[in-house]
Amino acid sequence: MSDLAIRNWFIIPTIVFLIVFNIFPLLYSLGFSFTDYRAASNKPANFIGLQNYQELLTDDGIWNNFTITAKYVIISVAGQVVVGFGMALLLNRPIPGKGLLTTVLMLPMMMSAAVVGLFWELLYNPSWGIVNYLLGLEGMEWLSNPDVALYAIAITDIWMWSPFVMLLCLAGLSAIPSSLYEAAAIDRASGWFVFRRITLPLVAPLLLIAIIFRTMEAFKTFDIAFIMASLEETELVSIRLYKSAFQEWQTGRSCALAYIVLLAVLAITTIYIKYLNRLKER
Amino acid sequence: MAAVQSKIQRLWDRIAVALVLALLVIMMIPLYWIGSTAFKPRADATTVPPTVFFKPEITAFIKLFTARVERRGAPNKEDYAKAPWWEKLVMDGGERFIRDDKGNIVSSGYVGRFTNSLIIAVTSTFLAVAMGTVTAYGFSRFKMPGESDWLFFILSTRMLPPVVVAIPMYLMYRTVALVDTHIGLIILYTAFNLSFSVWVMKGFIDEIPKEYEEAALVDGYTRMEAFLKIVLPQAATGIAATAVFCFITAWNEYAFALIMTLRKAQTAPPYIPSQLGSGLTDWTTIAAGAVLFLLPVMIFTFLLRNHLLRGVTFGAVRK
Repeated sequence: MSDLAIRNWFIIPTIVFLIVFNIFPLLYSLGFSFTDYRAASNKPANFIGLQNYQELLTDDGIWNNFTITAKYVIISVAGQVVVGFGMALLLNRPIPGKGLLTTVLMLPMMMSAAVVGLFWELLYNPSWGIVNYLLGLEGMEWLSNPDVALYAIAITDIWMWSPFVMLLCLAGLSAIPSSLYEAAAIDRASGWFVFRRITLPLVAPLLLIAIIFRTMEAFKTFDIAFIMASLEETELVSIRLYKSAFQEWQTGRSCALAYIVLLAVLAITTIYIKYLNRLKER
Repeated sequence: MAAVQSKIQRLWDRIAVALVLALLVIMMIPLYWIGSTAFKPRADATTVPPTVFFKPEITAFIKLFTARVERRGAPNKEDYAKAPWWEKLVMDGGERFIRDDKGNIVSSGYVGRFTNSLIIAVTSTFLAVAMGTVTAYGFSRFKMPGESDWLFFILSTRMLPPVVVAIPMYLMYRTVALVDTHIGLIILYTAFNLSFSVWVMKGFIDEIPKEYEEAALVDGYTRMEAFLKIVLPQAATGIAATAVFCFITAWNEYAFALIMTLRKAQTAPPYIPSQLGSGLTDWTTIAAGAVLFLLPVMIFTFLLRNHLLRGVTFGAVRK
């Protein structure tokens, strides 16, 4: 086989596979988003133009879902950055058994979000949960309390994903040449100055990757929030989408909502991939 | 002066180590809780205040694999005397096994779900890594018009929210009868992992010097032979690491499994939480199921430890 033939045989099937199973379904649902189709009934789909989109964009409930999602993204990503970066700063020194320690800290993010969510339900239980016990709170409601449920879910997400931020920050920190710190010590620079002028700028590229990636994932969050709570105040966009598509069977309408979500995700993704590429070229 | 500085430095290091240890303990409490609940007697699982010290037992694991019903009244003395020790444990809890016509103990729903998870994760991992490796080689070694655009396209498919893809896929699967089948989920997971596998494998293959293959080509190898006999062995570590990552993703996946499967092809992630709320919830059995389910991932995380960074950044950051 010629090189050209091998190249084509190696690359084209993958691209075709991805088009068939990712792009084609999206086109299929684009079509449905202009109809009043309901998958649970036998009635054929009627073309209704942009009505679904119009209704969704003027629906306060949907805007509320987006607001909740934005709030969730901000709390959980900010928490992960603070905890993860803090952990990385602490770990960035010779510590006996550091390799093993880092690996153990990585465990939560490798686990199934469904199982993690389920177990945090047990931890958060108002009467026999260990969270209330350790904090000395008696009968504090977490997941059924509209005021704190979203925070409780975000805390679980922070527990799960701070190690991710830590891993990236640690890679950035360990790449900082120690000569920079030595030079700063000779100049008697203050600790804060060193942090602001040396540590932060040199970790920034990797930290930014972590932030964009986590923002994207937090925006898409479904499993953990779906399992842990079912309040109106914790209904993220993905959960709304799931409910309208697979519980209320409003297929046409949910296809339209899916497209609105998709555009938002694509915007974040584009930033992320552009940034990854730039980092790769350095 | 330098001595003072290093003394302060050493003090800081000690404080940092103490903080790290404290943090480690806090982070590990939820994991300890899952693990310990699986070995608790049922009565100790949901006590007020929570039970920290208890006599470990493995009743939960026996219950995990078997179908049981609550027994009315005391057990038949003869049956109890004849029963093996593990059946006694279940009898002591006021339950009895469900047996089929031939008297064999019926296995619980968990066994089937675990097997499904295994079949689906292994098959989809194999497909994703096999296709990903050859595609990565193609992108790494040959010129392709619009190469970076294609790579961008491949990566962007990974970023699609599962629920968004699931809606049209469900409709399509319904028309071709792929709902609640192993093949249906295998296809979805292969597509989901394929982009990851292409990107990470491309990173690994880019690192293998081209000169090896060129030398082989001069020696009369065909391009295909050079790929199979020179590049693949060199990329073995990368392939293994990529496969483990793909396996973990497929193993943990929840949304697609929840939407696309009901019973026959259901995997463990949607099944484990669904046990909750079925009558008096037995947390010890749920915990036992979770522990067995998390165990492979924990082992793999240790095996992967040197490749974690590369894996979570799609091969962009290496060390």
